[in-house]
Amino acid sequence: MDTQNTFRIGTGAGFSSDRLEPALDLLRHGRLDAMVFECVGERTLAFGHRDRRGDPNKGYNPLLERRMRAVLPLAHAAGTRIVTNMGVANPTAAAQHTVKIARELGLKGLKVAAVTGDEVNHLIGPDTHLLEPNCKLSETGREMLAANAYLGIDAILPAIEAGADVIITGRVADPSLFLAPLAHHFGWGLKDWSTLGAGTAVGHLMECGAQVTGGYFADPGHKEVPNLAYVGFPLAEVQADGSATITKLQDSGGLVSQRTVKEQLLYEVHDPSAYLTPDVTADFTQIGLADDGQDRVHVTSAKGGQRPDQLKVTIAFDGGLLAEAEISYAGPGAADRARMAGAIVVERMDNLHNSNGPARIDLIGVSALHASAVDYPDTAQDVRLRCAMRASSREEAEVLLWEVEALLCCGPSAGGGYRGHITPSVMTYSALVDRADVKPALEILTV
Amino acid sequence: MSTQIPLRDLAHARSGDKGNRSNLSVFAYDPAHYDVLRQQLTPELLKEKFGGVLRGPITRYELPNLHGLNFVMDQALEGGVNESLNLDGHGKSWSAMVLGLEIIMEKTTD
Repeated sequence: MDTQNTFRIGTGAGFSSDRLEPALDLLRHGRLDAMVFECVGERTLAFGHRDRRGDPNKGYNPLLERRMRAVLPLAHAAGTRIVTNMGVANPTAAAQHTVKIARELGLKGLKVAAVTGDEVNHLIGPDTHLLEPNCKLSETGREMLAANAYLGIDAILPAIEAGADVIITGRVADPSLFLAPLAHHFGWGLKDWSTLGAGTAVGHLMECGAQVTGGYFADPGHKEVPNLAYVGFPLAEVQADGSATITKLQDSGGLVSQRTVKEQLLYEVHDPSAYLTPDVTADFTQIGLADDGQDRVHVTSAKGGQRPDQLKVTIAFDGGLLAEAEISYAGPGAADRARMAGAIVVERMDNLHNSNGPARIDLIGVSALHASAVDYPDTAQDVRLRCAMRASSREEAEVLLWEVEALLCCGPSAGGGYRGHITPSVMTYSALVDRADVKPALEILTV
Repeated sequence: MSTQIPLRDLAHARSGDKGNRSNLSVFAYDPAHYDVLRQQLTPELLKEKFGGVLRGPITRYELPNLHGLNFVMDQALEGGVNESLNLDGHGKSWSAMVLGLEIIMEKTTD
């Protein structure tokens, strides 16, 4: 391996609420050229828009403050560039806040970039075709909050070329966060499809953090993972041809094996011969995996073809309120009492409150996550009834909570542990826009 | 002679979401079992067993180099993560659901 020209890139977060300690360990001991914090999903993007509606200075990742405060001094000392989509629905505010933190930490000269242009509300209208409901936007009858296109490396590269130490984006395709520093370091061209495909495979393997190092993998008795409590985050040693060794710090917990790598390789992938990103159509079908020592897997032969002409857009809509209320039954006959309680709530909601809900009754411990598909044996003696519905008004949502709480006196025997929540919710659908209509932009702030 | 073996003993799996579409990858622990999985673990079987939640068409991709199968399942998340009333709106647990299937293995006599 050409260690002289190896690019060392680590993952600092694989989702919005990911742990921080493994990221700090990697920054201290990983000798990283770059670290990526991937913090946006369909759910968290929707939350970002919800937050920004409440406060125009919010809408970025809620953990940005804690992460930056811990990460910036270590990254600065190690000479590690930070690339992150923690800007979520408001990269500019996120960059401004990061500058404020850097000033407080005395990191003079630090360059912080905000990559914007992913918000494409102006390209979306009532006639926009939505992919999954397969209808026009106007037919949903819902109020659009925001539309964000997935940007690619062409949006991030100018920030790297400008020497930014910290690059904060909104919606960017997850693997692109990794591919951009790789393409810059190795001088890969924007049409070097095969190498971009290989780099995209690396980015895809890394983007969910511990999901490639033994997180989300353990199944006691079947799949053992050592020291999962202290699972390490991944580190990729990448070569100029896009091949890479996926590994982690030696003394961290977890596991890097061909099995962990395989599971992550296909995670959220549809056609493995055509994994679409804004940068490339990546092909994982010829990929080769080989053991390269303890907790080291060498990945070769991912390929790629021409990038798509259209970019995917996530459109967020007002989803009304989610009302959830729960109460528990335990001991002999628990499932029967919980089932009776659920039926009573449905009856009262339908007949006394003329409500549409609750639309869902779960018997947690008997039948909940898989309730629509599987009948598991009904032997549980510790069962939690969950009633859930979507409501268009707070009054409607409160009625559900009230009726579940009222089971305490007016329901079956020995129910306890009532909890109720009302959560504002946002829904998302997808559409496509022409790439030429999306204009990425860059703003650089110096501390 | 044949015997039924839990899929969980033969394979590992992971599921993920995009919108209202779920994908499920299943990998044989032992490459020798890849063909058995390929023969028995069909989209038709998944529809038959779990059609209550896997409501749309299912496409299967084969990855012989990884001894794995990738299932892409439309309308499989009761609306998707921002819409579903299921506690597991991502369908993260669909992998465990499918590992509950039984696979018929021919018994060797040696």
